[in-house]
Amino acid sequence: MSDPSRESEVEAKARRGRNIALALGLILFVILVFVVTIVRLGGNVLERPF
Amino acid sequence: MAMLEALTPSKAPARWQDFLQLLKPRVMSLVVFTALTGLVCAPTPIHPVLGAVAVLCIAVGAGASGALNMWWDADIDAKMRRTRGRPVPAGKIQPSDAAALGVVLSMFSVMLMGMALNWLAAGLLAFTIIFYAVIYTMWLKRWTAQNIVIGGLAGALPPVIGWAAADGAAPLNAWLLCLIIFMWTPPHFWALSLYTSEDYAKAGVPMMPVVRGPATTRRQIWIYSLLLVPICVAPAFTGLGGLAYLAVSFLGGLVFLLLAWRLYRSKAGEAADPRNDDGLYDVRAGALDARNLFAFSILYLALLFATLLGEHLAGLKPLELL
Repeated sequence: MSDPSRESEVEAKARRGRNIALALGLILFVILVFVVTIVRLGGNVLERPF
Repeated sequence: MAMLEALTPSKAPARWQDFLQLLKPRVMSLVVFTALTGLVCAPTPIHPVLGAVAVLCIAVGAGASGALNMWWDADIDAKMRRTRGRPVPAGKIQPSDAAALGVVLSMFSVMLMGMALNWLAAGLLAFTIIFYAVIYTMWLKRWTAQNIVIGGLAGALPPVIGWAAADGAAPLNAWLLCLIIFMWTPPHFWALSLYTSEDYAKAGVPMMPVVRGPATTRRQIWIYSLLLVPICVAPAFTGLGGLAYLAVSFLGGLVFLLLAWRLYRSKAGEAADPRNDDGLYDVRAGALDARNLFAFSILYLALLFATLLGEHLAGLKPLELL
């Protein structure tokens, strides 16, 4: 007999899809913040006093 | 909200596409288009990456308010043919998950807009989301036949947000773009509701044809159309639109008025033909005029914004008629 608490293959596939989508969203967000930071700072990064 | 607890989860587990559907991608694409037009029309040039981020923030903000709308309106959505397949009433996504997605995306989009662009644009975006989710969805929609008139402000604001993102200000020309969409919304939606009013009546939503009747609705559509067309032509006189815009807005406006007049004189929205009950968008006898105006209203707004966008991207000078 199958364990009702275990997720079915369809459920596992759906959960995997959701997890991958979330991971991709987070990675894209990190890249976005990085790119925005570079664009906003522009050449000013190199002009700071050392 | 009353029947949300009664919604039973379907057998099918939620897929990521269901969450995407919560963001109303089709509405999102319209918002992106009008916001981009506001952004491009602003006199201050913007770095393309920051421009893309601004449009993304507006799109995600619009999606967030769509998710909040689907969370709150699941009981209404379940009763209407057009909306019963949405993820929450279909039982694919739990209401609390839809609400959580809406809140999180709202915060992300507003904060990113503030940090990447400016806080005026972020404030306008936050106002738009709250206006749509709280003022329109939670209050106006179930309370008054003027729901889509006042609530239309939320759909009209994206060009102002886009303009503010580029310029750091929201001058009169930006608000003129907002006014165009604001005045366009009532004839557009009421034309649609003239041939889908039974669904709204069943769900208890006080749309104009349900509450005031089709004759009043047709008269209001005609009055709004008369006010709309001069407002659509106005950008040609305020240093925003060029010759192409003047031609498109004027000639398109004439067609709009012709279709609105035909609708006013028609019997659209009157007694239903029982033979057509099965199809959601089946046209009842006499309601062809309503469908014509509805279809043309979409084309007209798209043409207006596309022309403005094209003129500004091509660097064409606006007319100086005043």
